[in-house]
Amino acid sequence: MVKDQEFLEKKASYCLGLAKKLGATDSSVVVKNSVSETVNFRNSKLDESNRSDDLGISITTYIGKKKSSISSSNLLNDNLNILIEKCVETTKNTPEDEFNSLPDKDLLAKEVRDLDLYDDSHIANDQKIDYLKKLEAAASNDKKIVNTESSFTQNKSNFVLANSEGFCDGYKTSSFTASSVTVAKNEKSMERDYEYSSKCFLKDLDDAEKLGNLAAKQTIRKLNPKKIGSEKIAIIFDKRIAKGILSTFASAISSSAISRGTSFLKDKINQKIFSDKINVFDKPDMLKGLGSRNFDTEGVKTDTLKLADEGILKHYLLDTYNGKKLNLKSNGRCGGTSNLYFENGNINFKDLLNSDSKSLYITETIGHGSNIVTGDYSVGATGFLVENGEFKYPINEITIAGNFKDMFQNITLANDLEFKYPTNSPTMLIEGMVVAGK
Amino acid sequence: MSNFFEKSDLSRKEAETIISDTLRKCDDGELYLENSKSESILLDDNKIKNSNYNSDLGFGFRAISDEVVAYSHSNEISKNSLKQSSENLKSTLKSAKGTYNHEIPKSNKKYYDNINPIEQKSLNEKIKILNDVNDYLRSKGDKVKQVTANFLGEQKSVEIIRCGGETLSDVRPLIRFNVSVMLEKNGRKETGVYGVGGRQSYDSYLKDENWKSVCDEALRIASVNLESKPAPAGEMKVVLGPGWPAILIHEAVGHGLEGDFNRKKTSAFHNLMGQKVASEGVTIIDDGTIDNRRGSLTIDDEGTPTEKTVLIENGILKNFMQDRLNARLMKTRSTGSGRRENYRHIVLPRMRNTMMLSGKQTQEEMIKAVDKGIFAVSFGGGQVDITSGKFVFNCTEAYEIVDGKIGSPIKGATLIGDGPSILKEVSMVGNDMMMDPGIGTCGKAGQGVPVGVAQPSILIDKMTVGGTKL
Repeated sequence: MVKDQEFLEKKASYCLGLAKKLGATDSSVVVKNSVSETVNFRNSKLDESNRSDDLGISITTYIGKKKSSISSSNLLNDNLNILIEKCVETTKNTPEDEFNSLPDKDLLAKEVRDLDLYDDSHIANDQKIDYLKKLEAAASNDKKIVNTESSFTQNKSNFVLANSEGFCDGYKTSSFTASSVTVAKNEKSMERDYEYSSKCFLKDLDDAEKLGNLAAKQTIRKLNPKKIGSEKIAIIFDKRIAKGILSTFASAISSSAISRGTSFLKDKINQKIFSDKINVFDKPDMLKGLGSRNFDTEGVKTDTLKLADEGILKHYLLDTYNGKKLNLKSNGRCGGTSNLYFENGNINFKDLLNSDSKSLYITETIGHGSNIVTGDYSVGATGFLVENGEFKYPINEITIAGNFKDMFQNITLANDLEFKYPTNSPTMLIEGMVVAGK
Repeated sequence: MSNFFEKSDLSRKEAETIISDTLRKCDDGELYLENSKSESILLDDNKIKNSNYNSDLGFGFRAISDEVVAYSHSNEISKNSLKQSSENLKSTLKSAKGTYNHEIPKSNKKYYDNINPIEQKSLNEKIKILNDVNDYLRSKGDKVKQVTANFLGEQKSVEIIRCGGETLSDVRPLIRFNVSVMLEKNGRKETGVYGVGGRQSYDSYLKDENWKSVCDEALRIASVNLESKPAPAGEMKVVLGPGWPAILIHEAVGHGLEGDFNRKKTSAFHNLMGQKVASEGVTIIDDGTIDNRRGSLTIDDEGTPTEKTVLIENGILKNFMQDRLNARLMKTRSTGSGRRENYRHIVLPRMRNTMMLSGKQTQEEMIKAVDKGIFAVSFGGGQVDITSGKFVFNCTEAYEIVDGKIGSPIKGATLIGDGPSILKEVSMVGNDMMMDPGIGTCGKAGQGVPVGVAQPSILIDKMTVGGTKL
C-alpha cells in the first residue's frame, strides 16, 4: 500500500540534511508515492489489469541566488547521495537570478485542515469487475453500439513537502475514477463518445448503469452528422468544453505568462475582461474537492480568490518567483489553480438554448488552437445544430474561431454548475463566433 | 549499458526464474527494465530559469493471455517487488492456457550510437550557447520582447527479458534544442518557434554556430506573423510545404492505420485494406530505420527490430502498423511498432517516422494551379478522432494564394479534414520530400513518444480552413 508519512518525512529530512552539508544555503524537497490499480473492460470482457506503484523525489537546492533541481524515482540513499551532490555542483555553476528564493516564511501554511480528501476504502479488482460488467451491459444495450471500452481506477497517493525554513507537511489523497467510451455505427457513419466520473470517495462515484447509459446515448445521437456552411453564429459550449475556456483564462493570468509579457491579459488587473455578470472563483478548501489543497507546491497557504468580480479581473495566479518579479506576494498558486469555477449565471439550460433562433451546441473540440499570446482561438469541433431551442441534427468537420478578448466579453452562463472536474463551468453561450464548414 | 541487478537483492537468475514461472502459460509478455537519465536547461526572460536533471529507474512486467493484458510496474527493482508484480499478473490471468510465443526476429543493425549526449557537453558550454542565443536574438532590434531557449537531453537504457531468459537491450540517445521568440510591433505580439533534434550528440546539430540558423528561423516565423491578417473561413484549396507539414499524414492516416484500432474495428480504416484510400502517386511509409532520426529505433519496446513498413502504395492501403499483441490477434506479424513512453506504460502500436514519398511536380506548379486558397508552411500540432476519421492541424505560418500567386501572410488557423477521404483530394505530389527538423512528440492514450514525419509539397483540392474571415 501507499507509503506512510513517516517514511516520506524521513527521506525528505535526509535530503535536506545532505544538501546543507554539501553547501546548499537553502533547499526544498518533495517526496511522493502513488499506487493505482486499474481494470479495463472491452465489449463486456476483461481487457487489461494494471497496477502501478510510483515513487518520486524532487529536490531544489539554492546557493544564495543560484538554483538547480534534480528528480528521481530511485529513492535508495546511494542514488540520492550521487544526485544531491550533482545538484549542488550544478547549482554552483548556474548563473544567479535575483528572484530565486524559498517562499517568505510568514506565507507558509501554518495549519493543515482535514479537507476530506482521503477515503481508506479499497475496491478489489473483483468488485471493479462487477461495476464494469454493469456499466458495459448498460452501454451496449442498443444495437447501434458496436464497441465499448470501460475502465475503473483506484488511486491512493501520499506526499511530503519540506524545506530548509522548517516547513514539513503532506497528506494522503485518493481518487476513484470510472469511464466508458462507446462507438456507435450505422450504414453512413461511425462515431465515438464517452462519459466519466471521478471522486475522492468511492461511495460518491456515479452509478455504473447511469454512466454506461449516458455514454451510449451521447454516442448514438452523433450518428449521421452533417457539415454546415461557414457563418457567424452563437456557440453554446457543453460543460465539458466550457471548462477548457476557463482553463485558458487561468493560463493567461498565470504569473509566469504575465511577468514574461506573453499573455493577452497582461496589465488587465482591475479592468473589465468578461461580460458584467461573470464571477470566477478559485476555492482550495472545498471538502472532497478534486482540486482541493492545503497549500501550494511551495508550501504557501492558499485562500479562496475571487479572480473575476462582475467581469473585472482582480488577481493573477502568483507563485514566489514570478510574484517577486512583479513586486507582488505569492497568493499560493504555484502549480496552478485548485477548484476553479465560473459562478452560476441566472438563466436555466433550456432558456440558454432558446437565446438565439439558431446556434451550435459544441460537445467536443480537437486541436491545440488556443494562443494565449494573441488570444486567438481556432479548433476543430463536433456538436449539434440548435434551432428554436431544439437539437436538430449532429454536426462535424467544422472549425470554430474567435479571439478570447471578444469571446470573454460575450459570455452568458446557465445556472447548471456542477463539480465534476477540478475546473468547472456551467453551460456557456458565446455570441458572434465564426464557424468554418462547407 | 545499465546493470539493473547490480544494486538489488534480486539476481538476474532469480529474475529469470520469476519471469518464466509467471509467463509459462501465457501467450506473450516480458519484463521491461528501464534506466533513463535526462536533463533540461532553460533560458527564459534573460535568465537561466531552470537546470534540471532526472534519473528514472523502474520495471514493467507484462503478461498476455489471448486478448487480456496484465501489467504491473514499480520503481523498486527488488525480489519483493517483482514477486508482488508476478502475483498481480497471475491473479488476473488465473485461467491462462496459452503457449508462449518465443519467436522474435533478430537483426544486427543499429540506427544510432551508444552515447550519453548529456555527458558530451559541459553545463557551462550549454549555458554559454543559451546566453549567446539570447544576445543574438535581442540584438535583432527593439521589437524582440521575449526569448526562450532550451536543451533537452536523454539517454535511455532498456532491457527486455522474455520467458526462458532471452534478453534484448538497447541504449537510446535523444536530444532536442528549441528556440522561441516573441516580437511586438504597434502593440501586436506574435511568437515564432523552431527547434532541431534527433538521436545524436548536441554538437551534431549545433556545431559551427548552427544554433544561429535555428534562431533565424524562429525570428523569421514571428516576423511573418506580425504582418499576418485574419485567416479565411471555409473550404478551399490548400498547398502544404515539405517537411513538418507532414503532421497531416500523421493525423489524417497514421493513427487510423495503427493495429489496435483496426483489430477493435474502431478505426475509420478498418475495412479498407487493399482498397484505394489515396490518389494515384501517393505512397506512405512508416520507417524506424533511418539513422539518428527522432522516430528511429534499433528495436521497439518489445524487442522486435524496426523496419520500413509500407502503409499506402500508390494510393492502395497495404499494411497496418503492429505490435506483437495485435499482430497475433490479427494473424499477421509485428512491424516493430510496439512502443511505450516508459516502464510505467503498456505497449501500443505507434508510429516511428511517417513519410509520404516524393512525386514529380514542383511547388511552383501547385501554387500556380490555385485561384483562391492557402499555402501552409509550418504547423504547431494536430489531433484526430480515429473513429469518425476527422482530424485537425494548426498552422503557425501560412499565406493566402490569389490567382496563382502567394499573397499576404495569414494568422494561425486550424485546418480540418476527413482522414479516409483527404488523400483522395491530393491532386499533385511534389518532388521535394523533406524530413521534419526532429522535434515531434506523438500522444496516444496518455503516452508521449518521439516521432518523425516527412513529405514533399502537396496540393489538396478541398479542405476546411478555420479562420475568422467569411
